[in-house]
Amino acid sequence: MTETVVREMEIKAGSTPSGAPGSVPATAATGPSMAGRKVRMESKKLNFSYGPKQALWDITLQIPEKTVTAFIGPSGCGKSTFLRCLNRMNDIIPDTRVVGDVLLDGNDIYGQGTDIVDLRRRVGMVFQKSNPFPKSIFENVAYGLKINGMSPRSEIPERVEKALRRAALWDEVKDRLETSAMGLSGGQQQRLCIARAVAVEPEVLLMDEPCSALDPIATTKVEELIFELKRDFTIVIVTHNMQQAARVSEFTAFFMLGRLVEHDRTEKLFTNPGQKITEDYITGRFG
Amino acid sequence: MNKTERRKALSGFVVFLCGAAVVVALIPLFLVFGYVISKGFSSLNWDFFTKMPKPVGETGGGMANAMVGTAYLILIAGAFAVPVGVIAGVYLSEYGKKSFSGLVRFTADVLNGVPSIVIGIFAYSLAVLPVKHFSALAGGLALGFMMIPIITRTTEELLNLVPGSLREGSLALGATRAKAAFSVMVPAALPGIMTGILVALARIAGETAPLLFTAFNNRYMTTSLLQPISSLPVQVYTYAVSPYEDWHRQAWAGALVLVGFVFTFSVLARVVTRRLERMHHT
Repeated sequence: MTETVVREMEIKAGSTPSGAPGSVPATAATGPSMAGRKVRMESKKLNFSYGPKQALWDITLQIPEKTVTAFIGPSGCGKSTFLRCLNRMNDIIPDTRVVGDVLLDGNDIYGQGTDIVDLRRRVGMVFQKSNPFPKSIFENVAYGLKINGMSPRSEIPERVEKALRRAALWDEVKDRLETSAMGLSGGQQQRLCIARAVAVEPEVLLMDEPCSALDPIATTKVEELIFELKRDFTIVIVTHNMQQAARVSEFTAFFMLGRLVEHDRTEKLFTNPGQKITEDYITGRFG
Repeated sequence: MNKTERRKALSGFVVFLCGAAVVVALIPLFLVFGYVISKGFSSLNWDFFTKMPKPVGETGGGMANAMVGTAYLILIAGAFAVPVGVIAGVYLSEYGKKSFSGLVRFTADVLNGVPSIVIGIFAYSLAVLPVKHFSALAGGLALGFMMIPIITRTTEELLNLVPGSLREGSLALGATRAKAAFSVMVPAALPGIMTGILVALARIAGETAPLLFTAFNNRYMTTSLLQPISSLPVQVYTYAVSPYEDWHRQAWAGALVLVGFVFTFSVLARVVTRRLERMHHT
């Protein structure tokens, strides 16, 4: 890896940098009760910067398993940056800096012994804009299986079918698996990308505004899909659509200017937010 | 003359100039094509493609050895220039932010502009002087050196056109940087890269200067790497400067075949590009 990720193991005391926006309340010390669920991922005092510009400040957040956690907040608030810290996708951006810990099942993913390839297999990702490879539908879904060499060749067709069924795409494409994925509609392409991510059986699935480029019908399909997938996967979704966050998630985290303002059970956060600024944002009385 | 009329007149004049420039640019092309075809076609026959050159004084014979030689030289050149060029292009595109790659890019551009005779001298000192005889290998090397910068730069430019989101998608599935580059980015850019390779082939197929003192020439059919080998451009040159009437006719025929060669590569480049693009994007 040639990416330059400068990492400091220790967080200096009082490291809260000057110039931090004062209008945002300090991060809530404790998150919501996880109601007995196991914590799959968590971040501890995570700070992130692009060059001199700090994008995340002391994010401490727990993500319980087999639930949907939604990240909401205005553009540029750091929710996508935080999401991309969870599978180290930010590593490929030069001149970035991570301070703090991100734990997957208790192990620090920014630690010395982390195999990034293994991490990204365990923490899959679906992007804002669907990005199918210019290959056949079959090859798209088989891609992760093949590069990880994780299953015998003979099992691949079976696993491709399973992934496509899970992404509710099988019936639409089963007769044209060998045709190019570029011929699918936008919504189908996005579900193909979900199938592709699901095929390698990740533990956590990160979704970065997966519906922002889709029409309402395709959006409904993807949301139904998320509802199904959370039985098997831990899902983290970034969304600009607050109705969507309310519909699909159990927990919601509200980000603002690079800080975690509030993190709570979704129905609590939307009906009885703990912070005034959260209420202003979700009711649209913002600014 | 009022303002509007003057404006219209000026506009008409500029359009006329543009048209005239196009005509001037096209005239040499048609003259060259027309001349080569009219002179060469009459000497072109089946023997020309299948027969070996006849000794001086005998009429007839052909350039079979030169055609095989040119194909062979192109094969040698492509065999090492294509992998080197493509991989260098991948490096520039995937890791192109560093100062070293800036140097590589600059070198490729300079190499692209170096006169072909200079490339020939380089290959001569590299592969002819040490072993003290001309060889097909030296000729192929010279032609390959000319292909590399073209292929490198086209590969880089076409990879830069592939959306970065594909790379991210691949990395997010657990691919390494290199795996993402070769399993997703390069296939996505393949139609363009193929065009680059074919354009490079078309460019070198007619090169004469670098072959004069590397591959040299050979009156006989050979496919040995270490023997001098004949090629169409050199054969055409040799025959054209000879004092024999029959050889002049054959030189014209050779020139026509050479033009046909290059033309075929160019057409092939377009066909392949279109076919691959259709395969990828529908």
